[in-house]
Amino acid sequence: MTTLPDKTDKKLGLVIDLDTCVGCHACVISCKGWNTENYGAPLSDQNAYGADNSGTFLNRVHSYEVQPDTGAAQLIHFPKSCLHCEDAPCVTVCPTGASYKRVEDGIVLVNESDCIGCGLCAWACPYGARELDQAAGVMKKCTLCVDRIYNENLPEEDRQPACVRTCPSNARHFGDLSDPDSDVSKLVAERGGMDLMPEQGTKPVNKYLPPRPKDTLPDTTEEFDILAPFLAPVAEEPKGFLGWLDKTLEKL
Amino acid sequence: MHPAPSVIFFTTFSGLGFGLLAWLGIGAPDVTGWTAFAFFAIAYAMAVGGLLASTFHLGRPERAVKAFTQWRSSWLSREAWCAVGALVVMGLYGAGLVFLGERYALLGILGAVLSLLTVFTTSMIYTQLKTIPRWNMPLTPVKFLSISVAGGALLAGQVQIAVLLLLIVGGVQLLAWMQGDKAFASAGTTLGTATGLGARGAVRAFEPPHTGTNYLLKEFVHEIGRKHAQKLRIISLGLMVVLPVILLLLPFSHFIAVLALASHIAGVLTARWLFFAEAEHVVGLYYGKR
Repeated sequence: MTTLPDKTDKKLGLVIDLDTCVGCHACVISCKGWNTENYGAPLSDQNAYGADNSGTFLNRVHSYEVQPDTGAAQLIHFPKSCLHCEDAPCVTVCPTGASYKRVEDGIVLVNESDCIGCGLCAWACPYGARELDQAAGVMKKCTLCVDRIYNENLPEEDRQPACVRTCPSNARHFGDLSDPDSDVSKLVAERGGMDLMPEQGTKPVNKYLPPRPKDTLPDTTEEFDILAPFLAPVAEEPKGFLGWLDKTLEKL
Repeated sequence: MHPAPSVIFFTTFSGLGFGLLAWLGIGAPDVTGWTAFAFFAIAYAMAVGGLLASTFHLGRPERAVKAFTQWRSSWLSREAWCAVGALVVMGLYGAGLVFLGERYALLGILGAVLSLLTVFTTSMIYTQLKTIPRWNMPLTPVKFLSISVAGGALLAGQVQIAVLLLLIVGGVQLLAWMQGDKAFASAGTTLGTATGLGARGAVRAFEPPHTGTNYLLKEFVHEIGRKHAQKLRIISLGLMVVLPVILLLLPFSHFIAVLALASHIAGVLTARWLFFAEAEHVVGLYYGKR
């Protein structure tokens, strides 16, 4: 059914910390790995070892340079996957009912056996979160690892999306954003979590935490190097062998 | 947007075919028997041919029938219903004209309305997309409908009204270009809003996610085609409107009418190519491209 639910019981989603992401692409790889081996059609590659290789990815990491009016430019790594929007435009355009948003947890999914591969949902998504798999001919998108998060065959610590589980810098967090007391909601409140393209009216569930302001160097008139006292010269005048050498060389 | 030939042919020829069906539905020209058969054959060849062409861009065309299920929310599904409805109703109406020599006026009017609704629903598939500001405006359906009705009039041999309608098409197309050129900027989506980093300074795409290309770039970013956009606009307007109008104002002959039609179709195809090639999807911003 491609009408959107009025309300979902939960709003499961990701909180992505742009401050701590180091741009290592581990989330991209773990996502591709898990989602190729598990739910739905594998994420295919075309001409993987050729000159013009391409492939299906549900998560991609961009890097942006931000140049403030004054001061140094900042490099920000920017992972991007489906934002599981409340007003998901990709769902309502679907002619077959393959695209849907789950009432119980708000996850946006594609029923691949109903997908005709018309691509309209990818056209409707402003974030580029959906990619038509060129081998399977069906639309692929982030499932929020729906086959991990409820999977009782996995140890409890693994019941989170592959990207979150693998992130070495703890830049990705998973939880229920409809619960104000959840860890992710607290994080969003504390750090001023933001929506991408709010003007598109999609009401994304996933939030991005802005980078913290860069450290500024203190005033240089003050001594700021805590190691400086230890590096001060311990002897002003050379003594011993060096003192003799100094004097002898002076005399020459 | 990638100007896929299947979609360009689909929108152009199904538009023409349903435009002709709409004219036939209101009895202009008022034909029966074999003449009616010829008109209906042309209309069905274009409408059905166009619809078939549209299935070529599907990843899984064998499941196309599932597209009828979501008419409550999806314009693409509504289009499927309108198209089948129009073809069935006009088929019955056409059978009456061809085989019985009878014109069931009410059936014809219903068929004409459904034919125009098909064109309208097609245009709404594009108009609804906020992600493509150039399409996301009321002029888009006006343009699709006016081109369909004008082309249909040309095919139906309604010379005088065709001249008037072609001039309207020209005006609508010019307005659509003028408004469309401002659409992306007025939509307000920039790399700053896309990344949420705009308030901190000037955002520049530093490094793409992959060195190679991907589905998103192939489907949504088509920068090369816009190089000759201005020239192509003039060519398409000339072929779609100016030349056919001049030809139709000359003393009528079937040869000239066919020439006017051919010119019009070539113009619509060019304009439709531009409709896709010039359309910028906001996702291009993430890649530092438009």
